[in-house]
Amino acid sequence: MNELSPNDVVITQADAAESGPVRDALEGRADIMAMTQATHDAALKPADPGGLSHGERAALAARIARLNADEGLAAHYATLLEEAGADEAVSAMADPAYKGGGDTRRAALIAYTDLVSVYPRETAAADIEALKTAGVSDADIVRLSELNAFLAYQIRVIAGLKLMKAMA
Amino acid sequence: MSTIIHEFTTEIPRWRPRVQPIKLDEATPEQLDALKVTPSNTKVSDYVLVLANDVETLKVRTPLFNAIMYNRGGMGRAERELSAVGASVVNHCIYCTAVHASRYNQLAKDEEVMRRIFADGEDAELDERKQAIFTFAAKLSKAPSEATQDDMRALRAAGLKDDELLDLILSAALFGWANRLMHTLGDPVIDD
Repeated sequence: MNELSPNDVVITQADAAESGPVRDALEGRADIMAMTQATHDAALKPADPGGLSHGERAALAARIARLNADEGLAAHYATLLEEAGADEAVSAMADPAYKGGGDTRRAALIAYTDLVSVYPRETAAADIEALKTAGVSDADIVRLSELNAFLAYQIRVIAGLKLMKAMA
Repeated sequence: MSTIIHEFTTEIPRWRPRVQPIKLDEATPEQLDALKVTPSNTKVSDYVLVLANDVETLKVRTPLFNAIMYNRGGMGRAERELSAVGASVVNHCIYCTAVHASRYNQLAKDEEVMRRIFADGEDAELDERKQAIFTFAAKLSKAPSEATQDDMRALRAAGLKDDELLDLILSAALFGWANRLMHTLGDPVIDD
């Protein structure tokens, strides 16, 4: 049986570590929480990041958290961004007001992220073509999609746990 | 010829990728492991072959998906499928909706719920417990801030326990993930 990790990002963000009904429920799904943390590590800090650096991943994750009004989670990713030692242009991607500063590839990564994180139903074939045109490889398109998809999941688990906790 | 479909259905379409799937005969040992390819199991879907482009995420996501949808205890399997459909309808993922609506129908042995959801979308009227589950999943999917304490109270009033609430949150959130892959990286098509 798995036990809940004291370093679990989701549990920390939802402030759900203290004993009580929410923690009891989480302990019953400790395996899922451990796998959730493993997917966080795979999406943010993969051993082989391909063409999407750890810094870019952390910056886009902070951006997605902000687009979903989760400042606590954005702060977590700002820490990862600092740890990655990213340069200024990469760090700028964490700010939703920044649209790429004229860099074609960064602008394409941002445009896709802004669409898929908030309006996934609007995504069309042309949005994938736009990434290809900007020079993003097929493998990196999958990596970018997984990063966005993971964040959508993580943000919603945190939001749900906060609601559970408020009711407990 | 194949036609892209835009309407909800329980007939599972073919998924046509918009990016290149990896080629099985060029797969790395790590990819083969994540794909669970063995000499007796060489059939892998295009969807999984596309995801194998990011093998580190794929190999941890697959067991996570299975645990959330099929682990013992907690919220029933049909209700987890209903939650998946709530998310998939909001995100307009035709493929995910088809797979999970048909699984719901098989598990619940009832087609009326999906008929209503396909006809009325997020406004579908269901019995109290199904309504509470579907509404919460749909709102959490639209934007996390849309789901509120009122929705939690409705779930409680419908009889959901803490372990069931957690499974509902996990299954709805999981389809925030799955929909963003299926709906963006490929098209649901029927072949003539």
